[in-house]
Amino acid sequence: MTCAEAFHAYALRSLGIGERLLPRAEISLCEQVVLIGSGMIWNVYFGALALLLGFSFAVALAVAKNTPARLIRKPAEWFIFVFRGSPLFIQFFMAYEAFVMLPNLGVDFTLFGTEFTAETRWLARAWLGALLVLFCNTSAYTAEIFYGALRAVPRGDLEAADAYGLSGWKKFRRITFPTMLRLAWPGYTNEAIFLFHATALIFFSSFPAFQQRGDALYYANYFADRTFNPFVPYPIVAVYFVVLTLGIIALFGAANARLNRHLPAERRQRLRIRPQIIR
Amino acid sequence: MFEFCTDPSTLDTIPWLGCYLTNGAHLLFYRSFLVVFALLALTAPTALAFGFAAAAASRSHIAPLAWLGKLYTAMVRGVPDIVFFLFFVLVLDQGIEYLRHQIVCPDWTEDIRQGANFLVCPEARTPSGNAPQWVHKTYGFALAVFTYAIVFGAFCGNVLFGAMRAVPRPQLETAEAYGMSRRQVFWRVLVPQMWVYALPGLSNIWMILIKATPLLFLLGIQDIVYWARELGGSRTSAYQYPHPDWRFWYFLGLLIFYLAFTKLSEVALARLSARLSRGQATAAGEEMRKAAI
Repeated sequence: MTCAEAFHAYALRSLGIGERLLPRAEISLCEQVVLIGSGMIWNVYFGALALLLGFSFAVALAVAKNTPARLIRKPAEWFIFVFRGSPLFIQFFMAYEAFVMLPNLGVDFTLFGTEFTAETRWLARAWLGALLVLFCNTSAYTAEIFYGALRAVPRGDLEAADAYGLSGWKKFRRITFPTMLRLAWPGYTNEAIFLFHATALIFFSSFPAFQQRGDALYYANYFADRTFNPFVPYPIVAVYFVVLTLGIIALFGAANARLNRHLPAERRQRLRIRPQIIR
Repeated sequence: MFEFCTDPSTLDTIPWLGCYLTNGAHLLFYRSFLVVFALLALTAPTALAFGFAAAAASRSHIAPLAWLGKLYTAMVRGVPDIVFFLFFVLVLDQGIEYLRHQIVCPDWTEDIRQGANFLVCPEARTPSGNAPQWVHKTYGFALAVFTYAIVFGAFCGNVLFGAMRAVPRPQLETAEAYGMSRRQVFWRVLVPQMWVYALPGLSNIWMILIKATPLLFLLGIQDIVYWARELGGSRTSAYQYPHPDWRFWYFLGLLIFYLAFTKLSEVALARLSARLSRGQATAAGEEMRKAAI
């Protein structure tokens, strides 16, 4: 099989498009690169969506944890504690078992004028169930980072806001939130990187890869088992993830520069990538 | 275990549960918690040693050694740790067999890699095919510990390297002014002082390590995740203790175990941090000094 043929057959294999059978005997390097790259679609899907959806929830959680009212603070604290204190691997297992136990229900709803049926059995599929777990997990980790940043917002800034007559929502939106985001950004970048790394766990926990549509590591593991040679597929995954990591750093670095653009150069926070948070 | 357990089908709920939770398979399940603790107890010091070696190497004046140390500590930044877990276990296994193959049967002429197979001479099989079961298990466990130590050693190396740089420069200069050699400065001034700077990072790694222990399951070890899945699966009436699919509850138990464990570690590490801050030239140490006056 030539490289072009391999690309044609397997480039979208992880979505179920293309050749149905995975390569068996005589596995070429091209097939490995293409198929593992195809699996990366899922890693990016889970990581990007969980990050996007998790952001607003994390802000809400951080604000809730920073509230003096017990009734609001305690649930946020517990949520963060449960998802940060337990291994993501176990969370995946537990969520899957819980979703399997759910009764099969269909909920009809209308979106843009068309009728849809949301079914509970989707939750037992990786694309929704695992996404939900990742969403909760990243929200908890991010909320802790944001909470730390909220506590670190300079008092002078808040007093200045009061002096200008800002209060409530306006004060939060104009003063507290931007400063919090700026302070939290380096930590948040780390979180984003390790969230993408955590997506590699999904098909190794309980969520089954339906019709062998898996992520990058799923295919790499498949090749390593087939060829009994770990020296090709795993480095391919590693290269893909390093490229992804560099992409995230570039993206978040640009955002960091924008968040800090009003500060004199030497007071700007630099992004430092530290392996802090692996679940 | 108890005498009344001979015929569980006649029992009420609570004694039934008592019998169920103390049957043979469950005792194996409880014992597998020891596997987790054993892994932690063996990995933590090994990883710390690896990390220390890596950090010391990164500071070396011999360029190749410094590169090696930096490469090792940099390796964990861009790639998910689970890739390393899956990779190293296979590589170590094959590496050991290959080395033994070279030593034990030097006149073996066939290729080791034949298509999709990895064939070494029968004497080089590790552990040998007729070895008892416990040897196989111990070997697998040792490979897992070593893999964990490699990955977490790289994390520790990162933290310790940062901590060594955080020790105030004047301290080292003073030591040099007293005529200490590089080695003496390293062992007598730098190493004793770096721990307080390393502690936040190391406690982080400890938490990560605790939360990485369920991955043992992926390395083929019969750990708590394995037993939770095994025992939780539904049992028909052909079994002594029939029950529906209870895996959710087993995993809930594991979740609570990990939550308690991380919480306990957090408290212990906070105490340790306070202990190490005593008399140090850091903000925490200064606070303690003021509080004591």
